[in-house]
Amino acid sequence: MQTPILEMRQITKEFPGVRALDNVTFSVKRGEIHCLVGENGAGKSTLMKVLSGVYPYGSYSGEILIDGQPQRFFSIADSERVGIGIIYQELALVPEMTVYENIFLGHEVSRNGIIDWNETIRRADEMLRKVRLTVNPAAKIRDLGVGKQQLVEIAKALSREVRILILDEPTAALNEDDSENLLNLLRELRDQGVTCILISHKLKEVLSVADTVTVLRDGKTVCTLDAHKGEVNEQALIRNMVGREITNIYPPRNHQPGDEVVLELRNWTVYSAEAGRYLLRDVNLQVRRGEIVGLAGLMGAGRTELALSLFGNAPGYRVSGELWLKGRKREFRHPREAIAAGMAYVSEDRKAKGLILIQDVRQNITLANLRALANKGVIDRNAEIQVAEEYRKSLNIKTPTIEQQVVNLSGGNQQKVCLGKWLFVRPDVLILDEPTRGIDVGAKYEIYQLMNRLVEDGMSIIMISSELPEVLGMSDRVYVVSGGRIKGDLPIAVATQEKIMALAVDY
Amino acid sequence: MATRTQVKQATFLANLQYVLGQNIRQYGMFIALFVIMIIFSITTNGIFISSRNLSNLINQTGYIAVLAVGMTLVIVIRHIDLSVGFLAGFLGAVAAIALRFWELPTIVVVPMVLVMGALAGLLTALPVAELKIPSFVASLAGWLIYRGALQLVTAGTGTIIIEDETFNAIGNGFIPDVPFSLIPGYHTLTLLLGVVAIVAYVLSEIRTRNKKLAYNFEVLPLDMFVLKLVFISTLIGLLAWIMAGYNGLSWTMVIVLLVVAIYHFVTTQTVLGRHIYAVGGNPEAAELSGISVKRITYIVFASMGMLAALSGVLFASRLRSATTTAGTLFELDAIAAAYIGGVSAAGGVGNVIGSIIGALVYVSLTSGMNLMGIDIAYQYIVRGLVLVAAVIFDVTTRRRGRSA
Repeated sequence: MQTPILEMRQITKEFPGVRALDNVTFSVKRGEIHCLVGENGAGKSTLMKVLSGVYPYGSYSGEILIDGQPQRFFSIADSERVGIGIIYQELALVPEMTVYENIFLGHEVSRNGIIDWNETIRRADEMLRKVRLTVNPAAKIRDLGVGKQQLVEIAKALSREVRILILDEPTAALNEDDSENLLNLLRELRDQGVTCILISHKLKEVLSVADTVTVLRDGKTVCTLDAHKGEVNEQALIRNMVGREITNIYPPRNHQPGDEVVLELRNWTVYSAEAGRYLLRDVNLQVRRGEIVGLAGLMGAGRTELALSLFGNAPGYRVSGELWLKGRKREFRHPREAIAAGMAYVSEDRKAKGLILIQDVRQNITLANLRALANKGVIDRNAEIQVAEEYRKSLNIKTPTIEQQVVNLSGGNQQKVCLGKWLFVRPDVLILDEPTRGIDVGAKYEIYQLMNRLVEDGMSIIMISSELPEVLGMSDRVYVVSGGRIKGDLPIAVATQEKIMALAVDY
Repeated sequence: MATRTQVKQATFLANLQYVLGQNIRQYGMFIALFVIMIIFSITTNGIFISSRNLSNLINQTGYIAVLAVGMTLVIVIRHIDLSVGFLAGFLGAVAAIALRFWELPTIVVVPMVLVMGALAGLLTALPVAELKIPSFVASLAGWLIYRGALQLVTAGTGTIIIEDETFNAIGNGFIPDVPFSLIPGYHTLTLLLGVVAIVAYVLSEIRTRNKKLAYNFEVLPLDMFVLKLVFISTLIGLLAWIMAGYNGLSWTMVIVLLVVAIYHFVTTQTVLGRHIYAVGGNPEAAELSGISVKRITYIVFASMGMLAALSGVLFASRLRSATTTAGTLFELDAIAAAYIGGVSAAGGVGNVIGSIIGALVYVSLTSGMNLMGIDIAYQYIVRGLVLVAAVIFDVTTRRRGRSA
């Protein structure tokens, strides 16, 4: 049998408290398109970062072999040297530079440090022809659409004589035509001898291009399927992706929401001028009093964008459609107005968008509702301390004092501070965006209990979660979002991991 | 606030060590100022510490100090305002023209100029808030425009002499004295005000502490609390004593104290203040918490503009005239003072008291070195080194505080 071009053996990679990769084995044949699939957090990106040297040799255990030769990558430059090229979801191009400058960025065509621009442009032209992109090499990157930028990235990789091309969700931000183009290009490159590793959430795409598929789940290799032996089909993939254990870590609850519709969206459509595309189209959604509504879907499906667009639209999207809150049609121009109307949003990225890290627990908890503690704009310090102490106790926030900077707290306790902040605005509708991401099991359980208490008291919760067991364990009803559309509305009684995943991967 | 500790029963020295260790950044600036003053007192055979010199020094600090207060907030929200130096110069000239040629009284001129300053601040904030133009660029444009405007309004006349005595008193006058004398040779009202300030300070501290105890909140150990009261009271007393030894409290000082008191109150006790620091600490989180980053940007720049106008008034009044170069490099002195006082360019960190101390350190260096007859070239170098040292001290102690 032919030596695989790439073999990763028994790769284990640990982060504090988490084993991201557990004894993963991954083998890629020369000149094939090998798809790597799995749920969010299954370990796909981590595995590719190990391969490309982002996590240097020594920070993981296991072996990497290229053409049967063991390799030690200490940096990205090392992996590039043997012909590995990786293209991330967020493109690594310099927008203000031209196409040809970008293609040769970091390995300029030069002599004694002086760049030969004519040769650069000639070679750039050649690379662009290879990826079938007809743009002026002197055009600036920022003037190109995302699809063309993606091709420039590939041209850049080809210019480095890449033998193994890794693409991390390359079509996530592309429209259908651009996606189809890209897949065709991958087929051509394969035929020219370039081995491609494609990470994708879109099963249709995987089914159409893959020669081989490896499924990862919870940091482990589940199986490797060969398309040429007819092993690759939708059912097989979904079954292997989701087979995650649902342990009974979810506190029991009576699923009996009220009848009153608290929040309703009608034909909610969101366009981002920045991204140049629709993030959400014709979303219709209802949330009842005392209900936990799960928003399931894969990363990039548009769930966070949905939350931001209805919570005062801080990113400044162009929004159309109707938002009804407690029987009134509303238009929020700022998160302030949404908060005043009874909404709260616990963001997915608590460090970047939720907390003021350099401020203390007390200041963070009261931030969104300071006026409730103030008389003519002057804060009542003692009342503020009392409020913070109350939430510290009721949420069991583990901190030496409420004057501790939140940057010093653990992830779980930071999340509880975020929750405290939003509970203090006493919302009717609480949106939780990945409420348990990156926190330990104990804190997770406490958050679940808290959610149950809140809905029993009549609050409504929208929970965005990429963890299917969590969605199934906590929700009364599940909406599945995929490609900016609601693909399904499943009552909890009929929802299963397979059903949700089948809808989530349906683009 | 940060002086509250968990140590409850410990020896006096252990308490002291703990409290100082926890607050080294806050006290560091005071200590630095103290050290600088002692050094200059020795090298100038006591001239530096004389009532007359210190009184002058504080009056000279005035127009930088008010700018530093405004600049502190601008830097806290991650911006900068380079226009304020020439804006101060320009508005000082406007004040001079209004007094001299339009013959308006001081009572009208000063508020008018302050309003103009606030409007100028809003104008600087406009491209910053609406179009996300970097404030460095927006305010650099202001720097050029106000420089031109200053030359324009003084073009016909050159230096404009101000003859209005009420106006000139702002930068040169002292508060009147009571008709009786407690200690011969000393300004009695200043001494009395010092006593009143000490009593008010001690009473308010005791009241705050009792309230906290009633709520069962943590407070300083009693011995540390008493030490703090004694220390601050002594400082206030000394200041009053020194001022009383010359002509008493100057109007400049009254104005600066008022500005500091108001800004200290607003930044530490009000919703607005908290929102400013939240925007500086994490603008995205602040926006999602319902705080309008735009609104805060406008408010902070308007306050900066108003304080620039005040600075212009103080300076013109002190010189009893408006000159064609008034305000040159004020903005950089104010920025230096703010950084010496512990403001962080990363945003969300810094307070007005620190910046005032920073301004005092900065002006003390100038004054002390002038008295020693040190060449101006060396003075700049020393000031640069002090700025770097202060920022390094600040960064390293902050890092230690975080890991602790």
